[in-house]
Amino acid sequence: MTLLDAGSGWQATGPAGMPEPPGSDEIAAGSAAARPLREAWRMFAGNPLALVGLAILAGIVVMTIIGPYLYPVDPFDIVGAPLTPPGEGGLLFGSDYLGRDMLAGIIHGGRASLTVGGFAAIITMAIGISIGALAGFYGGWADRVLMRVTEFFQVLPPLLLAMVLVTLFSPTLTTITLSIGVVSWTNVARLTRAEFLKIRSLDYVLAGRAVGARDRRLIWRVILPNALPPLVVAAALSVGVAILFESGLSFLGLGDPNVMSWGMMIGQNKQVMLDAWWPTTIPGAAIFAAVLSISLIGDGLNDALNPRLRRR
Amino acid sequence: MTADEKPAAPLLKVDDLKVHFAAARRRPFAAAATVHAVDGISFEVARGRTLGIVGESGSGKTTAALAILRLVPITAGTIDLDGVRISALGGEALRQMRRRVQFVFQDPFSSLNPRQRAGAIVREPLDLMGIGSPAEREREVAALFRAVGLRPEQQALFPHQFSGGQRQRIGIARAIASRPDLVVCDEPVSALDVAIQAQILNLLTRLQQTLGLTYVFISHDLGVVRHMCDEIAVLYLGRIVERAARASFFRRPLHPYSAALLSAIPGAGLGRMRLEGDPPSPINLPPGCRFAGRCPFAIDACRQSDPPLRAVADGHLVACHRVDDEGTPPHHAGV
Repeated sequence: MTLLDAGSGWQATGPAGMPEPPGSDEIAAGSAAARPLREAWRMFAGNPLALVGLAILAGIVVMTIIGPYLYPVDPFDIVGAPLTPPGEGGLLFGSDYLGRDMLAGIIHGGRASLTVGGFAAIITMAIGISIGALAGFYGGWADRVLMRVTEFFQVLPPLLLAMVLVTLFSPTLTTITLSIGVVSWTNVARLTRAEFLKIRSLDYVLAGRAVGARDRRLIWRVILPNALPPLVVAAALSVGVAILFESGLSFLGLGDPNVMSWGMMIGQNKQVMLDAWWPTTIPGAAIFAAVLSISLIGDGLNDALNPRLRRR
Repeated sequence: MTADEKPAAPLLKVDDLKVHFAAARRRPFAAAATVHAVDGISFEVARGRTLGIVGESGSGKTTAALAILRLVPITAGTIDLDGVRISALGGEALRQMRRRVQFVFQDPFSSLNPRQRAGAIVREPLDLMGIGSPAEREREVAALFRAVGLRPEQQALFPHQFSGGQRQRIGIARAIASRPDLVVCDEPVSALDVAIQAQILNLLTRLQQTLGLTYVFISHDLGVVRHMCDEIAVLYLGRIVERAARASFFRRPLHPYSAALLSAIPGAGLGRMRLEGDPPSPINLPPGCRFAGRCPFAIDACRQSDPPLRAVADGHLVACHRVDDEGTPPHHAGV
């Protein structure tokens, strides 16, 4: 089959009976929404709470990245008397029950918390989207088997399962990250499946098949991009959940003993909680700020990516 | 049937096509019911011609269209395209066949991927079928845009930036991009304003002449069908009840159902024939003629045996007990 050269064989636009091309006003009206991402950012930027969340998170991220260079103190070093109150002895956040620098702990601990949170969220999304996409796209037996597996993971208490996994394979940052990812993908899988079920019966998926798209292309290039808005929100929120998980595991003493984290700081100082407020309150506030900022960003993304709100 | 009448083998030949679906069970352990969406239809379309398939909602029009494209599983029957048994193809052979049969969807809003630019939508068949070099594809897409009355600059826009008529033009450009032999149009204008309908129909007609396309044109609008089609098949509950050339059909519809449909067009010269009730459920089909329950001319025989589709005049086929062998329909008897 040969391709037609431009013009040959085709009638040029404009002969009688031919509708005239759309007016330029129609194009202009559309250009505001020409780039969905830019439009979503405009919605996001118009949401003050989301911007506050973004600012807090950016502050925390910058602190954990450059903080250790600006404040090169080992969080495991004993630098003063135990339970030095904040501001005394040159220690901005005071010291913990062993006399370790709380500020260094917050800076270094943020690294562990955010790294684990970020990577665990990636694992959560990867497992959840893969299982949900295959179940929703193929339906039938694949759906039944994959959903039974999902339910199996859903009925196990996730923190308990993560504890079992971490203790099974010595607690390091890698095993903690993997464990959190493996126990928290079920909601993402169900969400993805629901979106796929909704979208797979739309005409443009059928049209894709009609022009020769294979299943792989339909799943990843046609349906997934259209299912993305709720998944982006889920991804943001799962970072927050993963940070809480990591803190919970560290609090219970199942964190990586060689890496300082916010949860570990709370856990190790819990017995002095009634004598000194700062060794538990300061890392608690850090966790609170990180998770809150991520939730605010997630909410902002939800509004920005929701087409019904956008057309308001 | 002489050699003069049929100079070549038909491009599309559908024989006893059946598409049945399993209906959801009402109660646990109940026997699975079967929906007879398309229940044994046969027709042929010659190259360059247009077959109109008409019928009301639920008659199986769209299912039949999707079955021809192998987009729904076929229960029984065969489909041949240009001598190739496409009903037996699978896997990569089926995928390669798709460039020869394309589809124009009814709904111009849901049939375009909202995240794909118009140019990418039209280019997709060329990319997926590996037609031409990338540079040729680019020229071809621009030519396709001009051919359907869009401007090549509009390739960069997203579907929501076009009007319904323009979107349908994009859908048509996508359908003709791979140079198909056959284009199945599933109510391509029923979702559009009347003013736009004529433009799209003219576009389809012109493309047919320019590219030598063969159409299967599905519609519930007899006015549109009269304008577009060389031959007409009337579908009722998954069966063809009448098949005839356009002139013969509109001059003298033989099946009472066809007559009732035509009588609904103002100025068709037929007395208004009102149909009572709804079609029976395609799950529990009556034993006799499927139309008997609504037919004003039904006799006991109609309720007992299913009338076969038979030729009563030259090329005019009808499935009705009340049409006699001379081709006199019940609604004409005594007139």
